[in-house]
Amino acid sequence: MAYKVVGKSVSKVDAIAKVTGKAKYTDDFPERDMLVGKILHSPYAHAIIKSIDVSLAKALPGVEAVLTYKDLPRIKYTTSLPGVIEDVIEQELEAERIKFGTAGHPYSLDPGHRDVEDRHILTKKARFVGDAIAAVVATDELIAQKALKLIVVEYEVLEALTSTDAALKEGAPLIHEGREGNILASGGFAIGDVEAAFKEADLVIEGEYETSIVQHCHMENQTSYAYQDTDGRIVIVTSTQIPQIVRRVVAQALGLPWGRVRVIKPFVGGGFGNKQDVCIEPLNAAMTLAVGGRPVKIELTREESMVDTRTRHAFKFKIKTGINQDGKIIGIHISAVSNTGAYASHGHSIAGSAGGKFRYLYPTKALKYDPVTVYTNLPVAGAMRGYGCPQIFYAFESHLEDVAKRLNMDPIEIRRKNLVEVGYVDPVSKNKITSCGIRECIDKGKALIKWDEKKALYKEQGGDKLRGVGMACFSYASGTYPVALELAGARIVLNQDGSVQLQIGATDTGQGSDTVFGQMVAEVLGLPMDMVHVLSTQDTDISPFDTGCYASRQTYVSGMAVEKAALEVKGKILGFASSMTDVPVDRLDLLDQKIVYKHTGESVLTLEQVAMQSYYDRVLAKPITSDVSNNARVNGIPFGVTFAEVEVDIKTGKIKVLEIYNVHDSGTIINPQMAEGQVHGGVSMGMGYALSEQLIFDEATGKVLNNNLLDYKLPTIMDTPDIGVAFVETYEPTGPFGVKSLGEPPTISPAPAIRNAVLDATGVAFNRLPMNPQRVFEGFKTAGLI
Amino acid sequence: MFKRIAFTVNGKAFNFEVDIRDSLLELLRHRLGYTGTKKGCGVGECGACSVLIDGIPFDSCIYLAVWADGKAITTIEGVAAKSGELSEVQKAYVDQGAVQCGFCTPGLVLTTKAMVESGKGFTREEIKRELSGHLCRCTGYQSILKAAEKSLEGHICRCVDSPHYKESLLQEKS
Repeated sequence: MAYKVVGKSVSKVDAIAKVTGKAKYTDDFPERDMLVGKILHSPYAHAIIKSIDVSLAKALPGVEAVLTYKDLPRIKYTTSLPGVIEDVIEQELEAERIKFGTAGHPYSLDPGHRDVEDRHILTKKARFVGDAIAAVVATDELIAQKALKLIVVEYEVLEALTSTDAALKEGAPLIHEGREGNILASGGFAIGDVEAAFKEADLVIEGEYETSIVQHCHMENQTSYAYQDTDGRIVIVTSTQIPQIVRRVVAQALGLPWGRVRVIKPFVGGGFGNKQDVCIEPLNAAMTLAVGGRPVKIELTREESMVDTRTRHAFKFKIKTGINQDGKIIGIHISAVSNTGAYASHGHSIAGSAGGKFRYLYPTKALKYDPVTVYTNLPVAGAMRGYGCPQIFYAFESHLEDVAKRLNMDPIEIRRKNLVEVGYVDPVSKNKITSCGIRECIDKGKALIKWDEKKALYKEQGGDKLRGVGMACFSYASGTYPVALELAGARIVLNQDGSVQLQIGATDTGQGSDTVFGQMVAEVLGLPMDMVHVLSTQDTDISPFDTGCYASRQTYVSGMAVEKAALEVKGKILGFASSMTDVPVDRLDLLDQKIVYKHTGESVLTLEQVAMQSYYDRVLAKPITSDVSNNARVNGIPFGVTFAEVEVDIKTGKIKVLEIYNVHDSGTIINPQMAEGQVHGGVSMGMGYALSEQLIFDEATGKVLNNNLLDYKLPTIMDTPDIGVAFVETYEPTGPFGVKSLGEPPTISPAPAIRNAVLDATGVAFNRLPMNPQRVFEGFKTAGLI
Repeated sequence: MFKRIAFTVNGKAFNFEVDIRDSLLELLRHRLGYTGTKKGCGVGECGACSVLIDGIPFDSCIYLAVWADGKAITTIEGVAAKSGELSEVQKAYVDQGAVQCGFCTPGLVLTTKAMVESGKGFTREEIKRELSGHLCRCTGYQSILKAAEKSLEGHICRCVDSPHYKESLLQEKS
């Protein structure tokens, strides 16, 4: 289909604001007499507070409030505002305080489908090193920090369970009351009879794989400020991916009606899933309530952000595959243990998503998935780019490589034998594959890396530096349907000059959604990009309802609402032109800011003439707007592949990625330059996951040892090779303009592709991430290479 | 304790009493409102707060405000022309798609500007080394490198941690 704006690399709508320093992020709005909020974090991984004395802290000049669990509301829906905190009765029992869930999921009317509510704003029982125990509001940061040191806490220290093995051990203390065995949840799915399949298969192969805990490291830390407006409502300005969900969770955490909270999202300095969670806003709201509604800000330090927000779940997998000699997979059984840390947050949804999105790639007669999500006394795991998929695809794509090796089969060949085809209907979700370019992606990637040539070349090599090539595939989803609600809203207003404002509830956190939505509107209305004004700020009082930025949903799901809103405005423009000219609507079209005759293209009116009349005609005036919502009940499945070439230094254990290509089937590409940017960033994150990134813990105490950007090995520009990007553009009939998702997928397959390349180079299989020099060196020693 | 200092920001003269404990970042953001300078870590790890001090990029979070006495400071707000026209470096960052969330962008634009203005030329590896003090989680650095290369066509660099800077210091001494 020939598009004029869609498919073009137009510049990001906010690029100029960002290169000039004019883009305002949460911390960039001055509030007179802003107070500073600081958090006292637990030094113990597992401990009960026996006593807490805040009198010295309260007495410090400049301290406006000190909060502990005792100061937080204990009855749901306390409506007395302001001063809700003073109203509650002093109550020692933590159990009486409101518990809430923090995950950025849409609310569910089905109580069985809601997030686990296991968290207090401030806790009486510390469950990880960094847990929020108390908080201070003071006139400046130094006073607040000094006051934190004056809070006297007496702890009863409990056994710290710093691994899933320790947490699952019989007799282990319970991290949350009532959660027997420290199990948050378990349960996956079963298709067919996997045991029968194993009996039928020529060969049954098993393997174990393990991933690490990593952190998002968005450049802007979690930050927010909150105040009470003159009508008593709480206003929170925050760096979030999910303003509507923040609003709901803050209200739930404080026992307020949801309409008493307003959330504003300015520009956001990256999120990657960590801001698809409600981390600091409930406490921020409690702080402003404690000081009579005066503005209070919480700006986490990098060290806090890396411990007391969210991390990526570490998984341990056991995989068993039954396969025939010809390479056809008969049955797969995957068991997984997911480490959610101290609180549920997104909890078992991550394990669920992993299995759910894996199902689309290699349909088999029998597939059984048994995940269990376990509490430990470690920082809380939540959503992170890929949502369980970097974990499961690392495991399975590594495993499949091992299986191919056992069968003496080419790794590409074994995948081709088992890949999904268009028309496949997933038996669990009932989602249908309506476009699929994975085979073409593999062909393209194979040619880009010169697979056959290099495979032949590296057969005969020696010395200390060995080279190899590897690949890995993935499938994902566009949004969460049918697991959760996929509601999106868009609003368009036609201005007097024929330009439009576009308002969306979807949030741009840097990925460029505002720009692609603008392109969609420009396409439908025949406008140049500079006639489409996209409002980047989301405000729960003003913006249309949308659940936010996660699950790679926005271009696909929110794009549907945007397209619908634009089509409605187009219809209204032509209708208005018809009323002005008496030419039937179906004879008219909108082209290059003109109303034209459909059959000749001859101009009838300018768009500006119609717009002016719509505002000022004494009889016909009725400004042209649209305000639509779209509830998506479809899901376009994206696919892709990574090809990597590595050079492994046997003596030092250092793995150098020489070449890496990601090839994606994301349907139509709306903006090639920005799409490439998504792939670059995702591959970089995937390479960090493969080679260097890992939060390191003291096993005895559960303390994070590298919660800063010096010791946590985030890839720098020096570590990053050229990242090759290619697309196979299929047309996804369910998506606006034929799109499927792209934001998260690039992070999924680099780690297994690199692992498989290292295996190809050295013959050593690394089944645990990251493959950092120390671990690789040890692996080579065990394998007898050194 | 306070100390009076005189300095310029983007050519505008200031004469201020500053808390001797304050960083230049705090002075710029909180007192003067130059909020284009970003704080990503506060301890000199990420480069988001970079500004130019007498033309040389520094992490303003670990540069004390009092040290700015007598110095000329350039922030991101001072890079475009007064008419609003973007500098060549800014245009390159926009055109090459080097901007995503934008939080690391001001620092990178300033370091690139310093490299351009040094008048020196250098290899791709040297550009990477110059920019390696800036962390970015969105772009995988691909388009940033392209933008820097585009900006630097026909230039070489003399930034503080460049080999050329050390050469130029040696030349000055001799």
